[in-house]
Amino acid sequence: MPEEIPRVRVSVKINGKAYSREVEPRTLLVQLLREELSLTGTHIGCDTSYCGACTVLLNGKSVKSCTVFAFQADGGEVLTVEGLAKDGELHPVQQAFTDCHGFQCGYCTPGFLMSTLQLLDEHPQPTEAEIRKGIAGNTCRCTGYQNIFKAIQAAAAAGSRSQ
Amino acid sequence: MYPRAFEYHRAKSYPEAVSLLGELGEEAKLLAGGQSLIPLMKLRLSAPRHLVDLNFVPDTAYIRSNGALRFGAMTRHAAIAGSGAAPRIPILRDCAAGIADPQVRNMGTIGGSIAEADPTGDWAPVLLATGATVKTLGPNGERSIDIGEFILDAYTTALQPAEVVTEITVPLQPERSGGAYIALKRCAPVYASASVAVQLTMHDAQTCQDARIYLGVLGLTATRVSAAEDALRGQQVTPQRMESVRKTVMEIAQPQSDMRGSAEYKRHAAGVLAKLAVEAALKRACGEHAEVAHLYA
Repeated sequence: MPEEIPRVRVSVKINGKAYSREVEPRTLLVQLLREELSLTGTHIGCDTSYCGACTVLLNGKSVKSCTVFAFQADGGEVLTVEGLAKDGELHPVQQAFTDCHGFQCGYCTPGFLMSTLQLLDEHPQPTEAEIRKGIAGNTCRCTGYQNIFKAIQAAAAAGSRSQ
Repeated sequence: MYPRAFEYHRAKSYPEAVSLLGELGEEAKLLAGGQSLIPLMKLRLSAPRHLVDLNFVPDTAYIRSNGALRFGAMTRHAAIAGSGAAPRIPILRDCAAGIADPQVRNMGTIGGSIAEADPTGDWAPVLLATGATVKTLGPNGERSIDIGEFILDAYTTALQPAEVVTEITVPLQPERSGGAYIALKRCAPVYASASVAVQLTMHDAQTCQDARIYLGVLGLTATRVSAAEDALRGQQVTPQRMESVRKTVMEIAQPQSDMRGSAEYKRHAAGVLAKLAVEAALKRACGEHAEVAHLYA
């Protein structure tokens, strides 16, 4: 049955590079990234729209890519964790997470980085409450969040802004 | 997880979506933001054979204020939370800014939320408290449906087959009005354990002219608490009155025990939320600032 279903063309710019693929309609954005395009920096955690490990920016807004169909990104722009470092230099948000040890196992980190970008885009100098609200859709089972919190404050202090 | 395979149909306009739904029949579903439908499809609790995508219909995400506030059905919660218009009816901002988490608010839509009519949805109690109207388009043309007549039961609305929600209108509230919406949640991405929407209109700084109080989450649809409204209407809104609102809400709420808490816990929560929401609504009705945010257990 699935092979009889017409595929849908998805043309999308990811980290500045244009891609176009014909995919099954049921393909999720995270599956397009990971399985079609081998951009495996975006992780699947809970796969139920809870944990935020799969967070990417779609047209500048953070979304859970396990809960967005690939066709919803058609004609749009996606930023993933692979698009953050430039010329071997970590993005300031990545550098802040490194400096503050804002992770332990690292599985949730790509999602936290993307949510932090969104947060600092909206609130370049976030209050503690704004930080809590900004990362409320991301779950970390290792850290207890304290160092993630510090990393976000450090990134804000460094004046880092999303691109 | 993969949803069951389905055929994809991109609507270019609402009339086209209506005719696609008519042609494809019962096995077709509309896709708005997808923040409820996609998880349901991944769990195979929903397995439509056809999806009609509304995300590429132009001019469906807007907030217009000409007298009333009009929200295009595809307006994302985040856009409502951040708009300059929503603060004119603060309860709308409480609701939009508190739904789930930032990622879900960036995709989820007001029209999709009310068309799903999930009993745990945030918009229903708020739209009921503000007297909103739902505009739809179907094979027989446009309809305007009072929100109270739109949501009929859990997951059940007045939408006919092949009918699409196009706009939600919230009337401007009378002078000296204020409202607040507060939910209690275990954490951001999960459904609330209890929620309360309060909309007050004051006669003067002390005396309440009108009150609307709705409980969310606790029943199959949002529940109006007329007895708690009566405790305020025509009365001075004193701390004693607020306390009687809390008690009345606790008596009337009929929650079920589940993973989000015991019935007793939810009943207690609803009473406290109602009292907090009345306090905030009163301040706002009197022109004072009141910060409202969802509470996390």
